[in-house]
Amino acid sequence: MTTLFANYLVYRLFGVAHGTRLGDALSFFVGDIVKIYLLLMVIVFAVAVIRSFFPPERARRLLGQKREFVGNVLAALLGIVTPFCSCSAVPLFIGFVESGLPLGVTFSFLISSPTVNEVALVMLWALFGWQISLIYISTGVVLAILGGVIIGRLHLEKEVEAYVYEIRMGQSATAAEAGIVWRDRLAYAWSYTADIFRRIWLFILLGVGLGAWIHGYAPVDLVVRFAGRGNPWAVPIAVLIGIPLYSNAAGTIPIVQALVGKGMPMGTVLAFMMSIVSISTPELIILRKVIKPKLIAWFVGIVAVSIIIIGYLFNALLPA
Amino acid sequence: MVKVKVLGTGCKNCQRLYGTVTETVRELGLAAVVEKVEDLAAIMSFGVMSTPALVVNGRVVLSGRVPGKEEVKKLLQGA
Repeated sequence: MTTLFANYLVYRLFGVAHGTRLGDALSFFVGDIVKIYLLLMVIVFAVAVIRSFFPPERARRLLGQKREFVGNVLAALLGIVTPFCSCSAVPLFIGFVESGLPLGVTFSFLISSPTVNEVALVMLWALFGWQISLIYISTGVVLAILGGVIIGRLHLEKEVEAYVYEIRMGQSATAAEAGIVWRDRLAYAWSYTADIFRRIWLFILLGVGLGAWIHGYAPVDLVVRFAGRGNPWAVPIAVLIGIPLYSNAAGTIPIVQALVGKGMPMGTVLAFMMSIVSISTPELIILRKVIKPKLIAWFVGIVAVSIIIIGYLFNALLPA
Repeated sequence: MVKVKVLGTGCKNCQRLYGTVTETVRELGLAAVVEKVEDLAAIMSFGVMSTPALVVNGRVVLSGRVPGKEEVKKLLQGA
């Protein structure tokens, strides 16, 4: 159906001649874009509705005082369905710590929340197939669980700013959840979807366009030489570059498209993408209010190393 | 007199909510006092983990998202 629309737009409306390379490329591009936009809107909307059932206050109750491992797994999974806004990182962190949740479990949540992102899922699915999308989700969850467990084991509780342990959290937030009816959920989901779309439609356009252009025109050489299979240091380099970079998942798509188009192995690309989204400089700056530099450093280090391992693993497992 | 508090640590969403609330109060001509609470300990004392949040007469009526004007009107008038 989207192909029909694309063909109509390109050949009828724009009057491009049939059988030309431009015509082919354009109709493919338009068809792809429309398909992606639709997929994006539907899935982001569905995820937003699911998320309206899981405000952080509820995650906090569900996690209770769960111990290590079970807590890490649950936290990582809850992180996926809980909406996450960088500005909420601090109240969120304080809320979990104050309720007695082990530090490691809190970190499992903090890692999975921004990393396993529905936009990334949709884009990876649309561009590279559902298998890649599934790989991204699963490694994101595993990363969150492991990262949290390791941080927990290191017993870095004293690297949390002292005042955090002094804060007493009130109980009244539960009243807010009780009042939400379906109409509110749908309204919230719709405005969230519209907001996401407004913010990323251009990135998607550029990303898909870039991918199509590269596919057709750019020579596959330079990047492959440095970051292709031949280079054993490609993964760590990619991850290190990704650390200071910050973007939401959608913003990475043009880059990811370009790199894959130029022959960079999928494992390296996924590692790069994860490094950009899960280690976010603005968020770290915000978290500095509650976490001392040493713990921040440990957090970044552990996540970075885990991502590097994931990168190597997938380069080895996935066919070229 | 309706006591309204907008909880948020200063990010864009929190400011948006504050703007929407003050605008709504003005448009409805409500007798209300609107306060922006940015202090973490104060925010936490309401049991809020996701900002921005809206507190009306001491009760948290909304948290974790930026509502539209219609919803804010409903929440303020329902107090």
